[in-house]
Amino acid sequence: MIWLDTLVQGILLGGLYALFAAGLSLVFGIMRLVNLAHGDMIVFAAFAILLITQTLGLHPFLAALIAAPVMFALGWALQRFVLNRVLGKDILPPLLVTFGLSVALQNGLLQGFSADSQRLAAGPLESASVDLGLVTVGWMPLLTFATAIAVIVGLNQIFYRTALGRAFRATSDDPVTASLMGIAPKGVFALATGLAMVVVTIAALYLGMRSNFDPSIGPARLIYAFEAVIIGGLGSLWGTLAGGVIIGVAQTFGAAINPEWQILAGHLAFLVVLLLRPRGLFPRAVD
Amino acid sequence: MFTRRTFLRSSAATGLTLAASGLAAPAIAQGAKIKLGYVSPQSGPLAGFAESDAYNIQSFLASEAGKNFEVIVKDSQSNPNRAAEVAKELIVSDEIDLMLVASTPENTNPVATTCEAEGVPVISTVAPWQPWFIGQQGNPGDPPSWKPFDFAFHYFWGLEDVIGVFLNMWNQVPTNKMVGGLFPNDGDGNAWGDPNVGVGPGFAAAGYQLTDPGRYQNLTDDFSAQINAFKAAQADIITGVVIPPDFTTFRNQAIQQGLSPKVITVAKAILFPQSVEALGEAGHNLSSEVWWTPSHPFKSSLTGASAADLAADFTEQTQRPWTQPIGFVHSLFEVATNVMGRVSDVTDAEAVAAAIAATSMETMVGRVAWDGTGVPPFAAANVCKTPLVGGQWRRAADGSFSLVVVDNQSAPAIPTGGKMELLA
Repeated sequence: MIWLDTLVQGILLGGLYALFAAGLSLVFGIMRLVNLAHGDMIVFAAFAILLITQTLGLHPFLAALIAAPVMFALGWALQRFVLNRVLGKDILPPLLVTFGLSVALQNGLLQGFSADSQRLAAGPLESASVDLGLVTVGWMPLLTFATAIAVIVGLNQIFYRTALGRAFRATSDDPVTASLMGIAPKGVFALATGLAMVVVTIAALYLGMRSNFDPSIGPARLIYAFEAVIIGGLGSLWGTLAGGVIIGVAQTFGAAINPEWQILAGHLAFLVVLLLRPRGLFPRAVD
Repeated sequence: MFTRRTFLRSSAATGLTLAASGLAAPAIAQGAKIKLGYVSPQSGPLAGFAESDAYNIQSFLASEAGKNFEVIVKDSQSNPNRAAEVAKELIVSDEIDLMLVASTPENTNPVATTCEAEGVPVISTVAPWQPWFIGQQGNPGDPPSWKPFDFAFHYFWGLEDVIGVFLNMWNQVPTNKMVGGLFPNDGDGNAWGDPNVGVGPGFAAAGYQLTDPGRYQNLTDDFSAQINAFKAAQADIITGVVIPPDFTTFRNQAIQQGLSPKVITVAKAILFPQSVEALGEAGHNLSSEVWWTPSHPFKSSLTGASAADLAADFTEQTQRPWTQPIGFVHSLFEVATNVMGRVSDVTDAEAVAAAIAATSMETMVGRVAWDGTGVPPFAAANVCKTPLVGGQWRRAADGSFSLVVVDNQSAPAIPTGGKMELLA
């Protein structure tokens, strides 16, 4: 019973990690850019949603609908005017830029919103639960997991069913040949970052409803997201979900033995996967 | 001519009366002022503690006594390494006469250790005294090796006070005396959760049995293991020292997974009204230790303002609700003024340290005197205890929260505003 409960809670936790990781996976998969500011961008999006709920008095879900296009525009502009300039053969400059962005975002948010703990109030949904016979699970974790699957299905549809997705894949495989075929890689990159910011907004929505957030908690969210991407394999979105679930389950089982092992168990699972499958479980690109 | 030196000499001569009247003597500051260094976590996760610093320093400098002082503030960015670094800067470059520091062991300890090493007097507060005193020892695990400090002085309460207050609150309501503990793997969590010197033995002595699943990492996203352990132990009471985001995660998961304790008494997570408001309905009747409220029957030795006046003025000037650190930050400057009023040469570190040790005064947070009252002999020279009571957050119909003192058995002078209530 307790083991079944632990497994279910772990899988649901994996959904949250997969949501954190999906945006990172997208950017990483298409332009090999490790966005160190990813966690801070999630927190930034959470503050954006908070601002909209407070000024317009909307439910967080509706507020996220408004925040998403704004975040898309910001992501597009960020890539177009900042990151594209440093993207090249050397992977270090964009890494440093995102690191700087992380520091700037944290302190900017601290200046603007103070260090107060904030929360997106979702009303009765926050603590509602459903009894599935053997286990009791909260609606919120269930919804988080369902959203993670929906986001990944949606992204896969874009990737494999649209011209834009073809451009994404082509640029990811070989930017030079892709540009010979009339694709402008920099424009594709800008759209990809914009799309990643929409996913970030969705992750922010669930982060904000699940727990408190303040300007300083972003980096703590980055590490699990990063591990989920690596476990899943470069460029595979379903792999990212699998990676999130593996970390989530490893953590809850570790914690069931002793809470001291919770975080360690997740990292160990990551190391074991790296040891057995250095390129991740489902690598898409061959490079 | 009335200069800083003659002012100090005369104030030393008049001694206590002057101190008691809050240095009301007119002082025309000329030449060098007394330099106070202040290290405060103005940015980062501890910034909530430093919220009132700017207000308190400004009003101190505007006061009559404050005209003799210069306060040099450095931001520790909530980082212990940076705190030690800026403390050194204050000592070496700014040549301060006295260091003041507050806001959790992560901030007070590096600063106090640096000052002790450099031979600069330091007054510290807002950290339980065990993490402060024991945490600065060379070998915290070996009590015989603990040494008192020559220049570092601290006033606040200790773990034994928290245990007493928590037990007094729990004894007011009927429970099965099974307690679940949430202790993270950080300075506070390890001190509280220690099986020998933590809260467990104190609870056991009063008939409460503690279930401690083990140390977890801060900012964890899942508390299923703890919830299952507390369910298995049938815990009616949940306690711990939890950071706000983790407490929200735990509270929501506990409700989702059907864990409904009768009492939740946690430190840290519900210190600030903003954190409780973030919880919404789930914040009603959560209980915690209380170190200062506007209803504490104390007044400032600097301005004569009561606790209620100070909180009201803070809210008026900053449009922010009162928080517990306000009174303590205010009191730091009271103590500094009192001490400096009793030394003839403020640059003489030994004399200043001796003056701190001889302090005996009433402040915004109660009596401050390093006379060893209620403190074990090994820490008696450096630690002074201020009163601690227990309180509950009550949610009004409009969603705002107020902190009500529900237990004052350890400090009867502080009025209660109600009785302990069970969670809905």
